[in-house]
Amino acid sequence: MTGMQLSREKLLEAYRMMRTIRVFEDRVSAEMASGDIPGNTHLYAGQEASAVGVCMNLVQSDNIASTHRGHGHCIAKGCDVHGMMAEIFGKDTGICRGKGGSMHIADLSKGMLGANGIVGGGPPLACGAAMTAQVLGRDDVAVVFSGDGAINQGTTAESMNLAQVWKLPVIFAVEDNGFGEATASSFVVAGEIVKRADALGMAFAKVDGVDFFAVHDAAAEAVARARRGEGPTLLHIETPRYYGHFSGDPDNYRTAEEKAAMRRDRDCLTTFRRRVGEAKLLAESDLDAVDAEVQAVIDSAVKAARAAPQPPLDSLTTDVYVRYP
Amino acid sequence: MPQKSFRQALNEALHHEMGRDPTVIVLGEDIAGGAGASGQQDAWGGAFGVTKGLLGAFGPLRVRDTPISESAFVGAAAGAAVTGLRPVAEIMFVDFLGVCFDQIFNQAAKFRYMFGGKAVTPFVLRATYGAGTRSASQHSQALYPIFTHVPGLKVVIPSSPYDAKGLLIQAIRDNDPVIFLENKLLYDTVGEVPDGAYAIPFGEANVLREGGDATIIAFGRMVHFAQEATAILAAEGIDCTVVDPRTTSPLDEDTILETAEETGRVVIVDEANPRCGMAADISSIIAENAFGALKAPIMKVTAPHTPVPYAPNLEAAYLPDAKRIAEAVRKTMAYRK
Amino acid sequence: MDAQLQPITMPKWGMTMTEGRLSAWLVKEGERIATGQEIMEVETEKITNVVEGHVSGLLRRIVVEEGATAPVGALLAVVAETSVPDSEVDAFVAGYAERAGAAGDDADAYPTPRVVEAGPHQLNVLSIGDGDATPVVLIHGFGGDGGTWLFTQDALAKDRPVHVLDLPAHGGSAPTVPSGKLDELAEAVVAALDALGIARAHLVGHSLGGAVALSVAASAPDRVASLGLLAPAGLGGEISSDYIDGFLAADRRKPMKEVLSRLFADPDAMSAEMVENVLRFKRLDGVPEALGAIARNLASGGRQAIDLRDALAATQAPVLAVWGEKDRVIPAAQADGLPANIKVERVADAGHMPMMEAAAAVNRMLAAHLAGADR
Repeated sequence: MTGMQLSREKLLEAYRMMRTIRVFEDRVSAEMASGDIPGNTHLYAGQEASAVGVCMNLVQSDNIASTHRGHGHCIAKGCDVHGMMAEIFGKDTGICRGKGGSMHIADLSKGMLGANGIVGGGPPLACGAAMTAQVLGRDDVAVVFSGDGAINQGTTAESMNLAQVWKLPVIFAVEDNGFGEATASSFVVAGEIVKRADALGMAFAKVDGVDFFAVHDAAAEAVARARRGEGPTLLHIETPRYYGHFSGDPDNYRTAEEKAAMRRDRDCLTTFRRRVGEAKLLAESDLDAVDAEVQAVIDSAVKAARAAPQPPLDSLTTDVYVRYP
Repeated sequence: MPQKSFRQALNEALHHEMGRDPTVIVLGEDIAGGAGASGQQDAWGGAFGVTKGLLGAFGPLRVRDTPISESAFVGAAAGAAVTGLRPVAEIMFVDFLGVCFDQIFNQAAKFRYMFGGKAVTPFVLRATYGAGTRSASQHSQALYPIFTHVPGLKVVIPSSPYDAKGLLIQAIRDNDPVIFLENKLLYDTVGEVPDGAYAIPFGEANVLREGGDATIIAFGRMVHFAQEATAILAAEGIDCTVVDPRTTSPLDEDTILETAEETGRVVIVDEANPRCGMAADISSIIAENAFGALKAPIMKVTAPHTPVPYAPNLEAAYLPDAKRIAEAVRKTMAYRK
Repeated sequence: MDAQLQPITMPKWGMTMTEGRLSAWLVKEGERIATGQEIMEVETEKITNVVEGHVSGLLRRIVVEEGATAPVGALLAVVAETSVPDSEVDAFVAGYAERAGAAGDDADAYPTPRVVEAGPHQLNVLSIGDGDATPVVLIHGFGGDGGTWLFTQDALAKDRPVHVLDLPAHGGSAPTVPSGKLDELAEAVVAALDALGIARAHLVGHSLGGAVALSVAASAPDRVASLGLLAPAGLGGEISSDYIDGFLAADRRKPMKEVLSRLFADPDAMSAEMVENVLRFKRLDGVPEALGAIARNLASGGRQAIDLRDALAATQAPVLAVWGEKDRVIPAAQADGLPANIKVERVADAGHMPMMEAAAAVNRMLAAHLAGADR
């Protein structure tokens, strides 16, 4: 099924998730400025169609591995927004009880194997999750979201080879936002990313990450291929990064004009609204209602996170092992 | 009681656990060997023959020959562990973990803590360690102190065939990531090993010998050298206790302190380099908690702070041996009569 | 061998003993010793035991000093009257090792255990001794194994075949105890008698093994020539649940050492090796569950769940009951008030393990009991 053939409910769900990610990230950015968030964050705003376009093709038992820029993936895979916000605030009610923070948000029960502080940390883990499905005879798939920076890590190259020789049900979703930290990917990535897959005989596709429907359809094909036992796919998803590398990054390596044009011309939310409007799939009023609901949820999440208790001190030494000795 | 080699004991442990639990898999370079080639299948059964026969018994889905890509397959083992398998990954030489530290230290070891206690990571990584095979600096190290340093990992160093089987079964059944280190010069040693399956709990030292004069604490192959040293010393009328902690994490501090207090003289034998090694660590534990019982300074018998050399005479000088252990014990005996 | 010069040698207890440490001489050079007198203490990796002399005469020369370790069969001392010149004693000592070597390697000749198919069970059996006399079957207690009879089997086997049997889920026997009930264990023993081709045997049982033996006597009286019951279960209410629960719970050296020490009047008799062996046994898959099932049927809350006093009163076979006065598991007071036809012996300085703590005395009691029952 193509994205344009999705039911009204599914389309509303996709829009709600993308909108949730955007509002969540904009709000985290604002809260960071208040000084009440203890750590650092890497914001996903602008890239929403990638996470949601891929994850709309997954079910709960499928797994995803993520990156330091992971909030969007977490939301798209079903993590609780209240728990995520509390985690970012370092609170006991956080999804990881305040022990992980922004870069380690995970909910294994939802198939979210964790944001990851290590560039290139995710691909081997996704291969492992895919191996679990293969050994146990399930048709689950694993998706690893990584950036254009991780494409240059040895773990990515090793994992792509492993996945291809073992025909693992893995999708390598490479979100190319044009920058590895403050360095342009054009400066550090040799050749075309999809050709790295092609060299291994791996299926691949290059898609516009601003278009939810393009991402959705490419991912649908990759997921179906993986579920059929025909092995991995690499998706090269070109997508804009609205904020700097981290919250507080002056982002002075891009011109003001470039950033303004990016936000004006490459916004997945307005693109989505235009496409569903033109096709008369959803009404403006439906989408506006979602915007209002999402805003209320995020307000509530921040309020609850601010009010929540810090983790108790004795939790410092728990959860290191299941049993020790 | 049947006599079996260290290698056979490990092989039996893998057979038992793969037989009783379909989620146990093994993966590594040439753990079967011969895949895709024209000749014999299961050609090697692991670089040291430990996994021989598993391919025939359990098939290629659960006995997986990997590319030479330690980052990928060790990381995949971590990812599989956290999604429902009990993978046992084999790394030929512990030295090669240099190329997959991230998957062990930042991923497998940390999942449970950074995910707030929700992850269970039953991951076993087997690797050989140890000098004495003329294999020089990149195939001979005893890197267990590095793993011991990392919270979230358990570290096991069996010294006998009996311990090898029971500790590996425990490692596979354990719900935390376990680094399981096998001294390659112990593979052909033989001892009593029951046919049935059994698990030895972690953090439980083995007291191989009880003597009143001095306590020798040793790991892995060094346990054998410690035993040799006790024979030399017994002839001189010095009666030693020998403690093999079996796991460096968790460490059986109770037994170490009790035996140190009983004798008041302690020699710690560690094949690892001395800085931040197990000998240094255990010394500090004893000094902090049993200072009043000491009759002599704690002595450490370790490798020097150098890489492992190639030339036989240099390598022999590198490794602790029974003579050096006995000499250290004599020094503690002579310190204060 | 020169009758005027008699050797005292390192004994061999059980299959695995290769050497012993002479921890103490209880007699001095120049003293006269008598057969049956306690002359030395020998420590093995398993246990320390007092050795009684098997010769009498003048202890002329001590060859192995206290604290030294010697192989099984090694010359430890020489008994000879003053009429034998020193030079002959010297020559005897010098020549002994050579002669002992020429006699062949006894260690290799020692019998090894075998597994017999006994009904649904695979039972580990070690058989020693031969002859036509009625055989003995030795049955250990809860959590024990054939090692219980380290000092017993060889002594009794001088006159008859002696079979040491590991109960199901114990020692070298498979953990086949679906119910863990006493009847199941008794049926296993009868099945073992069938498998060994034994029509009728003297049954000697320790603790739970005593209850098993008594149960066999009740269910298959024609198979039982006599009963030797050492600190038996089933003859009184009280039993140490602390011991049983502690034994079941202990999976590490320290708690197991503490639990096992309650078996002995003198806990120092117990070795680290004994603790290690019990731990090794308990670690085997299936064993903890099987032991738990047996324990549930044996006792709860400090009271025995089995009462075999009626069975004891009804048995026609001769019965010997032996109790250590310092038994902390099943109190020796349970020996009081047993039926008059039961011969009761009490051992002063022993706990729950009289056949190990006072091996020579208990062996004499058992030998006399068996000889009497044979008549």
